[in-house]
Amino acid sequence: MYKILEKESLNPTVTKMVVEAPLIAAHAEPGQFIILRAAPDGERIPLTIADYDRERGTVTIIFQIVGATTMVLNSLNAGDCIPDFTGPLGRPTQTEGLRRVAVVGGGVGCAIAYPVAKKLSKGGCTVHSIVGFRSKDLVILEKEFESASAVMKKMSDDGSWGEKGLVTDALRALIESGEQYDEVIAIGPLIMMKFVCALTREFGIHTVVSMNPIMIDGTGMCGGCRLSVGGKTVFACVDGPEFDGHQVDFDEAMRRGAMYRPAEAAAREKTCQLLAGK
Amino acid sequence: MPNMSPVKNPMPHQAADERKNNFREVALGYTAEIAKDEARRCLNCKNKPCVKGCPVHIDIPSFLCRAAEGDFDGAYAVIAASSSLPAVCGRVCPQESQCEAFCTRGIKGEAVAIGRVERFVADRHSESSAAAPARPEPNGHRVAIVGSGPAGLTCAGDLAKLGYEVSVFEALHVAGGVLVYGIPEFRLPKDIVRREIASLEALGVKIMTDSVIGRLLSIDELFADGFEAVFIGTGAGLPRFMGIPGENLNGVSSANEFLTRINLMKAYREDSSTPVQRAGRVAVVGGGNVAMDAARCALRLGAKEVSIVYRRGEEELPARAEEIAHAREEGIVFRLLTNPVEILGNERGEVVGMRCVKMGLGEPDASGRRKPIQIDGSDFEIPLDSVIMAIGTSPNPLIKNTTSGLDTTKFGGIVTDDSGVTTRPGVFAGGDAVTGAATVILAMGAGKTAAKSIDEYIRSKAD
Repeated sequence: MYKILEKESLNPTVTKMVVEAPLIAAHAEPGQFIILRAAPDGERIPLTIADYDRERGTVTIIFQIVGATTMVLNSLNAGDCIPDFTGPLGRPTQTEGLRRVAVVGGGVGCAIAYPVAKKLSKGGCTVHSIVGFRSKDLVILEKEFESASAVMKKMSDDGSWGEKGLVTDALRALIESGEQYDEVIAIGPLIMMKFVCALTREFGIHTVVSMNPIMIDGTGMCGGCRLSVGGKTVFACVDGPEFDGHQVDFDEAMRRGAMYRPAEAAAREKTCQLLAGK
Repeated sequence: MPNMSPVKNPMPHQAADERKNNFREVALGYTAEIAKDEARRCLNCKNKPCVKGCPVHIDIPSFLCRAAEGDFDGAYAVIAASSSLPAVCGRVCPQESQCEAFCTRGIKGEAVAIGRVERFVADRHSESSAAAPARPEPNGHRVAIVGSGPAGLTCAGDLAKLGYEVSVFEALHVAGGVLVYGIPEFRLPKDIVRREIASLEALGVKIMTDSVIGRLLSIDELFADGFEAVFIGTGAGLPRFMGIPGENLNGVSSANEFLTRINLMKAYREDSSTPVQRAGRVAVVGGGNVAMDAARCALRLGAKEVSIVYRRGEEELPARAEEIAHAREEGIVFRLLTNPVEILGNERGEVVGMRCVKMGLGEPDASGRRKPIQIDGSDFEIPLDSVIMAIGTSPNPLIKNTTSGLDTTKFGGIVTDDSGVTTRPGVFAGGDAVTGAATVILAMGAGKTAAKSIDEYIRSKAD
């Protein structure tokens, strides 16, 4: 059992939890993920590690309340326990040798992009952050990104926060103004990562994306998380979750991500009713 | 006077028409009377040929002799002295190619149904006995076991009986490995697995779930933590795919994924929070026990038409004869000498069929089985909604990549000698992590051999 030490609502649909998991905290690196079950009979879902504190023995997760499991998870409070919390899984983000990096975060993907930006910046790398949300009330980690970035571009779909427009607009403007990057790291919705990659391909900038496909065990056993990268099938859980974005088949990933959508919608509906009845 | 009937007492079964609609156990088990009657077929041969067919060397005539007298507790004690998982073995061991293959009664007639009697004895014990086994005197030495499948549990049980303090590290949220995620409820009820694990815990074995060794803790850290030896029984690992077009279409899964959703995550139950594809027309590619399990699960999830697609012939099917017979009885179609070349999808990326070719059989290959050869121009299409790939696995590289001094073969299996000793001192290994995909009982045999080696290693260090 893994105790929730803190719970904070970052916006109406995104929650942050600090979880007691000393062994995971001792080994975690940015880019890795955990798999949890929110209830004893619950399904296993992967969540990327948003932060960790080795001394305190805690791991921070930030999740969007989108389906049955995240709803149940969000019904837990500080002092409650998460029945299963496994990790750290996947390969850590490779930050060695990077001097100038543009970190692009979209929506709740910012929760994963931030620890990467922090690690890069701590390691002496110049970080330009391009952060996008649908609107002002969905913004998370604004101050954190500011503290880790030499330049920060804020974008929103409706113009209620920062500039109106897409993260790709801001990234293009930076590149066209003459900014040079060793690498672009893009973490967010598949469609955002796809278009960031289309843009950076144009300029020949190496781009890393973090994939979050459907998973069960997270240790390489089931193959449910497979993706096509460079024409080859890879498993996101053991070969990733980060990949060369120019090689990823995003259309296939989007299609596979939608495979269980009807079942997910039904489970969400059922969980809604259960939690409302509590 | 032995029972001289030339044939085994038949195993009572759920009827095929009924069982194909539920996940309850197919074989119902002997009654005490039938078990005694069957045990009486044993001739109690002096040279005990059956024992040499048993990977864990159970004293078979001795337990049959007690069962024949109705001394089922005595029979259980004999089995338990050699096997940590008797109720599991009685169900999933391929007895026909092991103990029963050497039975003297098999020369003129059918072998004694050793597995069926073993199952009865184990089940009766767990139903009737409330007493926990005596906990051995601790010897003060600690051993870590990585993986809680049949190899790890057997190794843990044998070491615990010798007084070792044993911790078993399991990556998933429940212990049992392939016994819980792979083998379906209708072949091995999960209550049985839970009971077998509970009896190991009663011996003092600690089970640590949610612990991915190689990530949460490395093998080096286990040693630093005070474990004197480590046994690696991490199983077969990553599912293989064929590398044909269409394998990433929606509706294609590995047997591991399909079975894990059903067995581990209980997706067959209405109250499960994990979804599973419930397709009308399903093809399972492969001919082993895993393929049979996947096909029979698909049928139980409501499929109208399930076929096994296998590139060799009937003779070459690697699954147990009993599993093949059960699958046939339930209506599963066998498309033998058939090999997929492409999985076909619609504009939404969903499976609509599979293009296959017919195969012929040539000369025996390295495996001793006749090599399948594609017949040119024999392409045909099967309309389908789902494809399950059950063509084997390759070892998980996690431990190899995070442990220095541990040699692996070019296939990724951990290199060991016959006693489970790896190239790194203090590290032992066995089961599918060494051999590639094999059977539960072979993994148990390897776990048992490694336990003996670990005991010798720790004693020699202490001297």
